[in-house]
Amino acid sequence: MTRAGAWRLGLLAGFALALELATRTGAISHTILIPPSAMLARLAGIVAEGQLVDDIAFTLLSVLTAFALAVSTGFLAGIGIHALPRLRRALDPFFATYYAVPFFVFYPVMIAIFGLSKLPVIAIAYLFAVVAMIVNTLNGLDRIPRVLAKVARVHRLSWADAAWNVKLPAAAPNLFTGIKLAIAYAFIGTIASEFIMATSGLGYSIAYAYNNFDNRTMYALMLFVVALVGAINLGLYEWEKRLMKRRTGR
Amino acid sequence: MSQIHARLAGVTRVFPGSAGHGDVHALGPVDLDLARGEFFSVVGPSGCGKSTLLEVLAGLQTPTQGAAAFEDKPIGAETPEGVGVVFQEDSSFPWLTVWDNVAFGLKRTALSGAEIETRVRDALAFMGLKDFHKAFPAQLSGGMRQRVCIARTLVLRPRLILLDEPFGALDQQTRLLMGDELLRLWRETGATVLLITHALDEAAMLSTRVGVMSSRPGRFIDLVETGWPRDRDSRIVADPAFGAVTARLWSNLRGESLKAMGHA
Repeated sequence: MTRAGAWRLGLLAGFALALELATRTGAISHTILIPPSAMLARLAGIVAEGQLVDDIAFTLLSVLTAFALAVSTGFLAGIGIHALPRLRRALDPFFATYYAVPFFVFYPVMIAIFGLSKLPVIAIAYLFAVVAMIVNTLNGLDRIPRVLAKVARVHRLSWADAAWNVKLPAAAPNLFTGIKLAIAYAFIGTIASEFIMATSGLGYSIAYAYNNFDNRTMYALMLFVVALVGAINLGLYEWEKRLMKRRTGR
Repeated sequence: MSQIHARLAGVTRVFPGSAGHGDVHALGPVDLDLARGEFFSVVGPSGCGKSTLLEVLAGLQTPTQGAAAFEDKPIGAETPEGVGVVFQEDSSFPWLTVWDNVAFGLKRTALSGAEIETRVRDALAFMGLKDFHKAFPAQLSGGMRQRVCIARTLVLRPRLILLDEPFGALDQQTRLLMGDELLRLWRETGATVLLITHALDEAAMLSTRVGVMSSRPGRFIDLVETGWPRDRDSRIVADPAFGAVTARLWSNLRGESLKAMGHA
C-alpha cells in the first residue's frame, strides 16, 4: 500500500473511531446518529437474513439501466453534435447551465408520463447522467491532437479505422471522465428519485425506515449505499490511474 | 524511370477568410522538381507556407491553383502510396507501446505477421530503440519519441519522405545527432527526402539542395546546391564551405524574415 493510501485508510478509520466514541459516550445522541459498529451489525443482519435483496436489486437495475442508456446515447449524441458545429453553438449554453436545473421538480411530470413504476426513476437518473457524457464526449473529441488526425490520413485509414483506432483512444481520458460522472449521477438520480416516487428500492427503503423511526436500518442502508458507490468509484479511479500511467508515465 | 520524383507546378494555396478577415494567400505560386533520391530542404521565415507546401505534397491539402505530382501521378486529396510524413509535433500514439506504434501502419497492409515483425525489429534497431519496444511513449524522451515516429514511417519503406521540422522541439546536440541518423536513413533507403526546417545549419548540413522561401505568400527566391558528398555526417559543420552555404542562406533569408516581422 502506498503512503497516501495508508493515510486515506487511517483518516477513514480515525473518523469512524471518533464517531464511535462520540456516539458511545453520548456526545452525539442516538436519536441523531448511531455508532458505526451498530450500523455495521445491522447491515450484516440485513445481508445475512437476505432482507431487502429485492430493493437492492431494484435500485442497482435502475442505476445500471440509466447508466448504460446515458453512456451509449450520450456518446452517440456527442459524436453527432461534434459533427454539427452550428447545432453545437446553439446547444452549448444549455449544456453549460444544465446542472443548474433542479431536475427533481419534474417528478410529477415523470409520474404522469411513465406511471408509478421503475421508469420515472430511470428517466430522472438518465436525464441527470446523460449530459455529463455528452459534454465529456465533446471535450474528448475537441482535444484530439490535430496531428493524430493527420497521421490517420497519411496512413490512409478508413473513416471507421481512424475513429476506432485513433480518435476513440485519443479521446479516451475524457470519455472515461464522462463514464465516471455518468455512474455517479445515475446513482444520485436513482436513489434521490426513489425517495419521492418509488414503491421499492434502496432510496425508498431508507425513507421508509426514516418515517418509521428505524434508525438502525436507515443508517445501515445509508452505509451500504456509501460503501457501494465508494467502492465502484474507487475501482474506476484505480483503473483510470493504471491506464493514465501508460500515457503520462506518472 | 523519370528522374523527377515529385513536382509542384504553379502551386498556390489560398485559405478562405473567416468573418472580418480576408482570404489568406499562404503559398505560391511555387514550382519545384524533386530529383529521385535527393535530400531537399526548405527554409523560410515563420508563416511563409513551408508546412503548407509539404502538406500539398502529402495530399493533406489541395492546391488552390496548380498541380502536384508524385512519380508522374497527380496528388489528390489522399496521401499517395509510397509517401511517408513525419510531423513536428509528437505524433506517437500514447496508448500504444513503441512496438505497436511502429507496427501501426504495417498492420494495415497485406504483409505477413513474420514480415511485419522483421521490419519492426529492423526499424527499432536502426533507430536505436530495440531495448524500448515495450515502453510507452510517455516513458521516452522527446528525441526518442520522434525516433518512434520516424521508425513508424520508415517501416512502410516510403520512396518519398516528408519531414516537417521533425527536430524542432529538440536541443541542439540531439538535433545534430538526429541529423546524422537521418542522413544514414537517407543513404541506406535511397528515398527522396524533403525536409522543412527553420534551422539554417540543419538545412546546410543535411541537404543536397536547399530552397529558400520568401515571406508570405511563400515562393522560392533561391535554390542553393550544397555540393556535399553523399557520405557525410554532422562533422561537415567544421568544413569551411559550410559557413559559406549558411551565410548564403542567411543573406537571402534576412530581408524576408524582417518582412515577416513587419520591419520592412
